Amino acid sequence: MIKQPDAKTPLLALGAITKSYPGCLANDHVDFAISRGEIHALLGENGAGKSTLVKIIYGILRADSGNIRWCGEPVTIDSPSTARRLGIAMVFQHFSLFESLTVVENIALGMDSPGNMESLKARIREVSTSYGLLLDPDRHVHSLSVGERQRIEIIRCLLQQPKLLIMDEPTSVLTPQEIEQLFATLRRLAAQGMSILYISHKLDEIRTLCHQATILRNGRVVADTDPTTHTARSLAAIMMGEELELPSRPPLTQSDSPPRLVVNDLSLRALDEFGVDLKNISFTVGRGEILGIAGVAGNGQIELTNALAGERRCQQADTIVIDQVACGHRGPEFRRELGLGSIPEERFGHGAIADLSLAENAYLTAHHRMGLTRYGLIRRRLRNAFSNRVIDQFRVKAGGHQSTASSLSGGNLQKFIVGREICQRHGVLVVCQPTWGVDAGAATAIQQALVEMAEAGAAVLVISQDLDELMLICNRIAAICAGRLSDVLPVATTSVEQIGLLMAGADMEMDRAEA
Amino acid sequence: MLRLEARAEPSRAMIYLSPVFALGLTLVAGVVLFEIMGVPAGDALYAFFIEPLSSLYGLTELGVKATPLILIGVALAIGFRANVWNIGAEGQLTLGAIFGGGVGLLLYDVDSKWVLPAMLLAAMLGGMLWAAIPAFLRTRFNTSEILVSLMLTYVATLLLSYLVHGPWRDPDGFNFPESRMFHDAASLPIIFPDSRLHIGFALALFVVVAAWFVISRTLIGFQIQVIGRAPRAGAYAGFSHKKLIWMTLLFAGAAAGLAGVIEVSGPIGQLLPSISPGYGFTAIIVAFVGRLHPVGVLLASLLMALSYLGGENAQISLNLPLAVTGVFQGLLLFMLLACDVLIRYRIRIGPIVSKIDAGNTA
Repeated sequence: MIKQPDAKTPLLALGAITKSYPGCLANDHVDFAISRGEIHALLGENGAGKSTLVKIIYGILRADSGNIRWCGEPVTIDSPSTARRLGIAMVFQHFSLFESLTVVENIALGMDSPGNMESLKARIREVSTSYGLLLDPDRHVHSLSVGERQRIEIIRCLLQQPKLLIMDEPTSVLTPQEIEQLFATLRRLAAQGMSILYISHKLDEIRTLCHQATILRNGRVVADTDPTTHTARSLAAIMMGEELELPSRPPLTQSDSPPRLVVNDLSLRALDEFGVDLKNISFTVGRGEILGIAGVAGNGQIELTNALAGERRCQQADTIVIDQVACGHRGPEFRRELGLGSIPEERFGHGAIADLSLAENAYLTAHHRMGLTRYGLIRRRLRNAFSNRVIDQFRVKAGGHQSTASSLSGGNLQKFIVGREICQRHGVLVVCQPTWGVDAGAATAIQQALVEMAEAGAAVLVISQDLDELMLICNRIAAICAGRLSDVLPVATTSVEQIGLLMAGADMEMDRAEA
Repeated sequence: MLRLEARAEPSRAMIYLSPVFALGLTLVAGVVLFEIMGVPAGDALYAFFIEPLSSLYGLTELGVKATPLILIGVALAIGFRANVWNIGAEGQLTLGAIFGGGVGLLLYDVDSKWVLPAMLLAAMLGGMLWAAIPAFLRTRFNTSEILVSLMLTYVATLLLSYLVHGPWRDPDGFNFPESRMFHDAASLPIIFPDSRLHIGFALALFVVVAAWFVISRTLIGFQIQVIGRAPRAGAYAGFSHKKLIWMTLLFAGAAAGLAGVIEVSGPIGQLLPSISPGYGFTAIIVAFVGRLHPVGVLLASLLMALSYLGGENAQISLNLPLAVTGVFQGLLLFMLLACDVLIRYRIRIGPIVSKIDAGNTA
């Protein structure tokens, strides 16, 4: 063990850290301290300054002013290698692994002095057994699940025997079961004296895992508190500075009317080797219903959204049926005329165009459905009026219809995009990751709008990584894994654990056998 | 160490002023250039940029030179907005001259007011035909339209050369490689007395207005802007990329073809082995200096036309080589690109701090 001057001294203490970017103050006199053996949450909405602060700690960024103390000693962390020398390790949200190499090769590549391969393998096995991180060092990365890949990154960090482990949004790619395993590992590490800085915006996780939470808002520390003394709701209120009402799912109305969206045996090969093939996907969505599709990112969600929107067409017309019109072979404009609206996952460059005005972005999908075009000419007055209506109705914070999409925050732009589709009164709405990267206030407004749309008689399909969101607003739920869709289950009688197993690809039969 | 740092918000005014700065810097570089060549810079710049504008005839000549640049520049700007990189307008211009001129020679003995419209129409068809080749290869086989259109330029030039050396050579022309002179029925009407300024200039102005209208007021124009900026957003909206590739290339082909026949039936009056001092290539510079906006293209075309006139003038009065024109045009594009970089980025001096690796690591 390395000498510990005084148990009371925090391992890491930041004083009055300030960092500004052109046009934005990311960190404003942030004070922050983490003790030994503590799991400390850094909580905040997108854009609150979490990532900037972490990058300063890990030496990727340098603060404009402020001081850093490590074990009570003032230090300058000018690069990630300095941070590693001090004993700081970081697991990034996005992994940097080579698919075609094995686990041990990947770990060796990230080390300053990997040494002999066989002894490295032995050390990997030792670390993986002692912390419950099951991993075979000889497996190739491409054959591993996302959770297993994350274990590589964690083991790579643990091999450095760090004193502080930083984890950036580690659970966003994991199934509920994998999250439980990860938490067990983190608790064990903390019990052995390692400090863990845990960055997240998921309130329940922080309440169950963390000892202390520093909450950031607009670059400032607004609270430094014990999260277990709070409810998820009160934490959210501190994080956002306002209370929020959670939406509830629409009442399931039994109706004899035929389903509004039918998907029959949809199979599509991926366009490139990084895509996911869709395999034999079938489901229906009825009038007034919200169907949720859960899944870990990269399991075919984007491909499914594109196929439903018509960006990729199917061979057979009756693969996709909207309000009893077979349209699998038709493009987005035809499907929009039939009443299918879609919202892709990516906002910039897909759902909206950054340097065009909101009016032009509204025109992007509403040009015919809302009668904004006549004789091929843009009816500018109607277009502007329509976009103003979206802005007003969805309380989009924007200068007006002439503001560019890039001038809006992520949450506001997403409200605008969702509003643009809902205002077109579609009968069917397909939406992919509706609240991804959106602040909690906007997320609630978007979820509420989807619920109201279903209550008004639309069929809504929500494809999301956020299982909490799906459990909150959906009537029925399924999971997508490796391009295959599971059975569709009613939310009221389905547990998060069941969905978690489906997200991991377990068959429903197995699940029943266990139960 | 020097490094570039992105500005939070590039100034909008600066984006439009950048061509003006570029012009100023080009003039400064010109002064240095002339001093090195041992020519009094004042005299040279006067001969280059002022003298051609000091007479009415000079002004009409400016219009004559600007006409093909406007026509092609506007069409290329629309294509560039849609990310369709047609570099071969020179070839499409040549085909327009061949088709239009060919009709003129075919109807050599016909004296009708329909001869000229037939020539213009044939020229547009010829240009479109040449542009259809890269459009087909791009949409069918995903071939680069940059390479295909550029290489077709050389094919077109050789084709014209073959025709005027061979089948279309003037029977009474003492074996010079040139066609017969067009009759009045096949020549463009002059719109300004005692000058060479022809009706093509009015046509070019009309194209500017029409292009501005299409880009800013129609669904097609909107599709072009969306596809160019964000192809996936275009696919999401349901806009067909292939259709826009075809449309922008065919439009550029028609415009360049028109420019070609306007040259041969206007100022030149016959088919020659070389009918253009590189208008099709200069139009690329024009499109960018004009910020891909039709009105900007009009102004940039006048500027570039002036550089052609000035080059000829300086050659006559100061014995400067004609290559100086090319140097000026190249300098202008270079300066423009440099100004654009500085508008989007600021220069920082100092060691490379981690901000740059932040993008790679995180």
